[in-house]
Amino acid sequence: MNKTSVVKTGQKREVWRRLKRNRAAVTGGVILLVFLVVSLLGPLIAPYPANEGDLTKRLEAPSRAHLLGTDALGRDLLSRVICGARISLEIQIAAVMIALIIGTIIGMIGGYYGGAIDHTIMRVMDILLAFPGIFLAIAIVAVLGTGLTNLIFAAGIYSIPQFARVVRGSVITLKEREFVEAARVAGETDTNILARYILPNSMAPLIVQTTLRMATVLLTASGLSFLGLGVQPPAPEWGAMLSNSRDYLVTAPHAAIVPGFAIMLVVMGFNLFGDGLRDSLDPRLRD
Amino acid sequence: MTEHLLDVIGLKKHFAIDRGWGAQNKAFVRAVDGVDFSIDQGRTLGLVGESGCGKTTVGRLILKLIEPTEGKIVFDNRDLTGVDAKNMRPLRRSMQFIFQDPFASLNPRMTIGEIVGRPMEIHHLVQRSERDEQVCSLLEAVGLRRDQFSRYPHEFSGGQRQRIGIARALATKPKLVVADEPTSALDVSVQAQILNLMKDLQEKLGLAYLFISHNIGVIRHISDRVGVMYLGRIVEMADKASFFKAPAHPYSRALLNAVPSLHVGTPKKRVLLQGDVPSPINPPPGCPFHNRCPNVLSVCRDEETIFKQIEEGHWVACHLYQ
Amino acid sequence: MGQLLQITDLETHFYSSGKTTKALDGVSFEIEEGETFGLVGESGCGKSVTALSILRLIPDPPGKIVGGKILFKGRDLLEATEREIRSMRGKEISMIFQEPMTSLNPVFRIGQQVADVIRLHQGTGERASMQKAVEMLAKVHIPDAEDVARRFPHQLSGGMRQRVMIAMELSCRPSLLIADEPTTALDVTIQAQILELVREMRDELQTSILLITHDLGVVAELCDQVAVMYAGSIVERATVDKIFAGPKHPYTQGLWGAIPPVDEEKSVLSVIPGSVPDLSELPQGCKFHPRCSFRFDPCTRTRPPLIEGSPGHFVSCWLYTNHSTSGITREYGSYPAAGTSDANRTQLKG
Repeated sequence: MNKTSVVKTGQKREVWRRLKRNRAAVTGGVILLVFLVVSLLGPLIAPYPANEGDLTKRLEAPSRAHLLGTDALGRDLLSRVICGARISLEIQIAAVMIALIIGTIIGMIGGYYGGAIDHTIMRVMDILLAFPGIFLAIAIVAVLGTGLTNLIFAAGIYSIPQFARVVRGSVITLKEREFVEAARVAGETDTNILARYILPNSMAPLIVQTTLRMATVLLTASGLSFLGLGVQPPAPEWGAMLSNSRDYLVTAPHAAIVPGFAIMLVVMGFNLFGDGLRDSLDPRLRD
Repeated sequence: MTEHLLDVIGLKKHFAIDRGWGAQNKAFVRAVDGVDFSIDQGRTLGLVGESGCGKTTVGRLILKLIEPTEGKIVFDNRDLTGVDAKNMRPLRRSMQFIFQDPFASLNPRMTIGEIVGRPMEIHHLVQRSERDEQVCSLLEAVGLRRDQFSRYPHEFSGGQRQRIGIARALATKPKLVVADEPTSALDVSVQAQILNLMKDLQEKLGLAYLFISHNIGVIRHISDRVGVMYLGRIVEMADKASFFKAPAHPYSRALLNAVPSLHVGTPKKRVLLQGDVPSPINPPPGCPFHNRCPNVLSVCRDEETIFKQIEEGHWVACHLYQ
Repeated sequence: MGQLLQITDLETHFYSSGKTTKALDGVSFEIEEGETFGLVGESGCGKSVTALSILRLIPDPPGKIVGGKILFKGRDLLEATEREIRSMRGKEISMIFQEPMTSLNPVFRIGQQVADVIRLHQGTGERASMQKAVEMLAKVHIPDAEDVARRFPHQLSGGMRQRVMIAMELSCRPSLLIADEPTTALDVTIQAQILELVREMRDELQTSILLITHDLGVVAELCDQVAVMYAGSIVERATVDKIFAGPKHPYTQGLWGAIPPVDEEKSVLSVIPGSVPDLSELPQGCKFHPRCSFRFDPCTRTRPPLIEGSPGHFVSCWLYTNHSTSGITREYGSYPAAGTSDANRTQLKG
């Protein structure tokens, strides 16, 4: 994505219209909407308390009492999935916020001033990117320790380079544009130029990147929790739930399928919606 | 002390071509290679030339949007040569710029009211309460309506956007406006509107223009003095009447000769220049025009030309006149 | 001299998000053999769409030729099959564009590209085609043609690339060359060279040319006949002499008056008030009437037909129909700015 797409006010309607026509994007959007509602309502709609288990009803298949069955400790899977959604959403928002803010600042500074500053920043980003995904997160957790907050830091730091790159690309393209030159001619300070002229025009790729990063963060968090490095028990985090059901894959597959499917569904939702958003914001695909 | 509003002496801008790390021979693009001129208050200097001649770079150098490699710029009796970016800012209220591309020169995320009002705010020229009123009168002065204040650039046509650009340039009541091909992207009828507007405003506000264009008809219409550029240098400079009556430099003559005539029935005697417009990287020695000149002498290949006055107010850089 | 191209009532529409843009709204003109015909107008008037319609290059969707006839050598191009049209492109009808960089393939050598065109339409072998290609390049005065044939497009200047385009498109001696703004992107001294070249090639090969441009000077230099387009229709059509000596349509007059001349002083440029109408929401009656200082009652109701105002001079304007036979004569260049009073207008009507 090398061309900076500009979202113009009058064209918001156009973007919305194109998004609605894209069926994949709409599907993704619906999934995300459900995800959001479930996360927000959480314990209110869960039929059973998420962390209380009836040890007499371990690993029961889905039935009318327990719509998705129970896990190894007799806890209702549906309730756990519902409450787990909130945890996932918390992690995603917090981590992406960290990455967004830090990444944007870094990207703007590097892109605008260029030269040695830019080279240094980009090399640091390259180092972060050189680590295969989850290993970086593991490394960070190894340093900081386990737990929810550290998981958020790990996922956040791991996502910074992507935002930095996207913002830097926008800044480099935009800083040579005539309206930015005009701002300089008028006497605007560099900070104002970045804040009022460059940043508002970089929104489109930033929005898209945010949506797609949510998916990656979810996967990373789930992965870490699966490995026992993330959220600690008894929290109903989906990755941890997967981990807990590892031993019962043959005897009670539903215990693993349910959280696994939840992860897959939400990740897919973010990807579909993000892709659709990118397509509808791209000025070149205009009919 | 000088009575000119703007004095430019020996202005040069050489861009180094990035040949990578540790490259042995650095090559330079001699975009502007020694340019001298002056502009008086309320007058227009038209700078004309073809691609690669450096006229666009000159425009940006004057406003110090680009740092000159060499040379002196004296504006309003103040030497701008050593002034850094921070100290340039307050000076910018007196010198403004109109850009070529009406579609790229306005911030898509600001209303036109904000775009035109921002320069006023930056230089603290008005109270908040008065600002909007000032902006509205400016919009009306350039032929727009005050009720368009809260609209965004994309809602306007090319010609209207250029008007907004002009309003923005005038917001700080500058003394000098550099206009870089302001009508080249516009249709002929819209161009006429914008040129008429610029002339009107010049009369009303006593503006000085440095008008840059490749269109000789436009230059003739708007300028008081004309400067012809070739490969980074001014090869001829004269008052408009003197220039068009008797262009002295062979390149100026070729330029005028090349413009297709609107008068049918009088077939033009064409003296075609051979070859292409040369590149400003490593220009030929001697006179930069010698390898295409129909009147070339042997001295032209070896010796550089000197900018000399051949008549009152008429200067040429050509060995034919030395 | 026979008639090479005859276009009658050509209509091309574009469809997008529920709107129909009438890019061409009933365009008619003829080009004789060996004639150079200029199509003039500002952006959005439909001149490029005309050229693309002739070669059936209108992208469908969103565009469609919805009506009219294009008779080329007596044959209706709109009835021909895709295959037939394709075999004609480059061979009988050629086209050169404004931006030669985008028309040439950047990854193939110049000589190869010209040779490919020759081979495709003339069926000659590889070596013979390459030889002809080099000959063609030399013919358009490219120095060191053999050397240049081995180069890539990005190694040539704009002027040279345009020469290559001309060589390529004329290599098969087409009967009609369509040139869409061929010199707009070039410097003025290079433009002069290219115009000279086009003139030379035309005289030698007896090719008809449809020249599309907004530059009136180029038209005056090169064309025999000129048609002025506005908002998808032709508003005036005549020989170059007649139309420059005395433009009849108010739009043409306004356009002529808006150009700052190089060879004389002009204090005020004439201004046409308002702006070009939205082609999907055209005004009723004459398309130009909202901007016309001479408009009167019939202009707002019915579109004027293209009629012969004076011998060989066609104009689409109610001022010239059922009124004075000689029409209104206006001095070239002294067309007044908008806001002419009513008194003035009635005086002209008689």
